[in-house]
Amino acid sequence: MTSLQTIDRAVPARPARRPAFSWLGRLQPGLLLSWAVIAIVTAWAVAPGLFTGANPLAGVPREKLRAPSAEHILGTDALGRDLFARLVHGAVNSLSGAFVAVAVGLLVGTAIGLIAGSTGRRTDAVLMRIVDVLLSVPSLLLSLAIIILLGFGTVHAAIAVGVTSIGRFARLARSEVILVRRSDYVEAAFGSGGRFGAVLWRHILPNSVASVIALAAVQFGTAILQISTLGFLGYGAPPPTPEWGLLIAEGRNYIATSWWLTTVPGLVVVLVVLAANRIGRSVGRRTI
Amino acid sequence: MTVPVLEVEDLSVSYKGDRGGAQRVVDGVSFRIQPGEVVALVGESGSGKTTTAQAVIGLLAENGRVDGGAIRLAGADISGWSQKRLDAIRGARISLIPQDPGSSLNPVKTIGAQVEEILAIHRRGDRASNRARAVELLARVGLSRPELRARQYPHELSGGMKQRVLIAIAIALQPSLIIADEPTSALDVTVQRRILDLIDELRREFGTAVLLVTHDLGVAADRADRLIVLQGGRIQEQGPAAEILAAPRSAYTRQLLADAPSLAKAERRAPRPVGEGDDAVVVDGLVQDFDLPGRGGRFRAVDGLSFAVRRGTTHALVGESGSGKTTTVRAVVGFQKPTAGRVLIGGADPAALKGEALRQFRRTIQLVYQNPFGSLDPRQSIFEIIEEPLLNFERLPKPDRARKVRDMLERVGLPQAVLDRRPRALSGGQRQRVAIARALVLDPQVLVLDEAVSALDVTVQAQILGLLDTLQRDLGLTYLFVSHDLAVVRQIADTVSVLHNGRQVDDGPVEAVFRNPTSDYTRELIDAIPGRRLALSA
Repeated sequence: MTSLQTIDRAVPARPARRPAFSWLGRLQPGLLLSWAVIAIVTAWAVAPGLFTGANPLAGVPREKLRAPSAEHILGTDALGRDLFARLVHGAVNSLSGAFVAVAVGLLVGTAIGLIAGSTGRRTDAVLMRIVDVLLSVPSLLLSLAIIILLGFGTVHAAIAVGVTSIGRFARLARSEVILVRRSDYVEAAFGSGGRFGAVLWRHILPNSVASVIALAAVQFGTAILQISTLGFLGYGAPPPTPEWGLLIAEGRNYIATSWWLTTVPGLVVVLVVLAANRIGRSVGRRTI
Repeated sequence: MTVPVLEVEDLSVSYKGDRGGAQRVVDGVSFRIQPGEVVALVGESGSGKTTTAQAVIGLLAENGRVDGGAIRLAGADISGWSQKRLDAIRGARISLIPQDPGSSLNPVKTIGAQVEEILAIHRRGDRASNRARAVELLARVGLSRPELRARQYPHELSGGMKQRVLIAIAIALQPSLIIADEPTSALDVTVQRRILDLIDELRREFGTAVLLVTHDLGVAADRADRLIVLQGGRIQEQGPAAEILAAPRSAYTRQLLADAPSLAKAERRAPRPVGEGDDAVVVDGLVQDFDLPGRGGRFRAVDGLSFAVRRGTTHALVGESGSGKTTTVRAVVGFQKPTAGRVLIGGADPAALKGEALRQFRRTIQLVYQNPFGSLDPRQSIFEIIEEPLLNFERLPKPDRARKVRDMLERVGLPQAVLDRRPRALSGGQRQRVAIARALVLDPQVLVLDEAVSALDVTVQAQILGLLDTLQRDLGLTYLFVSHDLAVVRQIADTVSVLHNGRQVDDGPVEAVFRNPTSDYTRELIDAIPGRRLALSA
């Protein structure tokens, strides 16, 4: 019988905590750890001097390829540069690149989705076919093509990564807009004499943007990964910039003797991406 | 004395909130149901009537908990039973007719399979005999061509037919108690009547007791042997239906009785003085076609509708779902161009207007929607919602706007404190007042109310109707009042058009149409108004 689903009987309530400490019960250790990772990496980007005194660019040839020690906690690379210093100073490149990438995707994608979803008909069809094309090209290939058009460099790499996410943002924004567009309050706003632009700005945008913001948080992690990939392939920041992807690429030649040169930057990228994803998912859940 | 089918003693249920606190929603409720008896649990939303019913059948929401009391089914206390143990009696000895037939059937299984399922779950008979029994049951609940129905999917059936299927499932094992949770509130009045007749008939045949959960005192008055009136989780009054209706003891029951439109003793407001020749709304030969997707056919939703509304009066459009009411409304307010015919609002034809002229036209006619939860932007504050129409036209200075918003809020009877709240912090009735305030802030001539009170509880409904009446008198408004509820229409309207399948089957002054309906359909609608038993006895 369809109406009789089995629902587990509610477990007896735990003894009531005092309200002041009730937030402790809802604490999620994974989420907390994620915020900590992002906070540390952001601090690296904002004030690298607080974490390391070593110069990330100038090396001491005598001290090349040293194993981790008290002096160089993550060892040194082939030119005798401190790896930890390069990681810390590299944060600003990777993070700002990811920000630019997400901003490009979010702004352009949301704008396309908003216009397509709210006008409908022909404009919608044309815009969404363009988005289909964007989505059908593999994202790495697309970003490589864009970099070749724009030229090399950190900002260009970031824009290239951003363009690959426009399609995803546009799709999501459009589906949300179409839902909101059909609601009674949007019709009521038109009915009370609202102009198209005003209704778009007052009602449709604020009510459809929540899940787009959640996607932006998730996309942040992906952008770091993609920028690192481009850096690794040599399409991103030029050497000697301490960009994370470049660090992994440079360390690769010494993987047999100095494995930490590749492994540690790789782990940092993995941690930051995972943390950004976890936070993105928690944002998404809250807005639903 | 016989053992009661169900005995609920001192039942208390609470829901755990998001922040750990528990809220008591059913508090010390006790009642009994004797074999073959119909007991109605009456109350408004939030009174705990559905929670009580869910507790009885062990289907409380996940955060709900029975705090105390006993639920005895034929003498055995089942309140502490595990879900597994309850499974054995649910469907077999106690069954449920759910509220919304639209979402209560599995869309990917055939009707027959879903009726057979209950027989299979309780291991009654083999497949072949179950199949035969399912068809038999479908025939029993009055479905035409039961063999065909058994092979159909839920989307091929109408709402009333789906509810019949759910009733077939509920009676399949001839339980001693059926819980009917608002079994007809999602259905049209004429369908509602047939479904309730069916439940009555089956009850007499099988001697099943029925616990009828309803917000509609008219339905309860017609169908129940005994009434239990709930408010805020507590029983206000219980006893034989006839006694309670004749002489209610609690103030709350008296209030409910006074507010139920179907039970009101022809107490209507004074008719509006009708001016000569001044029509605020004229609809002339309105036809509206829609293209059917795929086959290229056309569907005629409204077919040659004509009526006129005198300035300062109320005209009602009455009909069941699919009768073309909403289509008419959309053409009248200018959201849709009619296929043929003409609409004139204060002399202007919205179909002939475009762009800026259409925008200016919208000041003269405003629409209030059925669902006050969907028609207000959840992200705006109440002040912003009421202020918005003013921003769309000539910009008043800010203090003037604020004054206008406050005046309007006072007119619709809301406290100033709600101005900076969001819609979700308001009750349904308060939200509908906000929607009315938003519609009136531009000083329109015509207000179109599309089922504007249908989603509200009776006492709130009575308050909103009272408010509309006052506003009409003070502001000289013209109302186009769309409703499926004839009892409400009789209270508020001066003239009425009855729609059936897009055609106008009756029209004229309300009292004339009610006294001498010219069409069979109107007569059927009037007969289907619940609460007639009371009206006849009074």
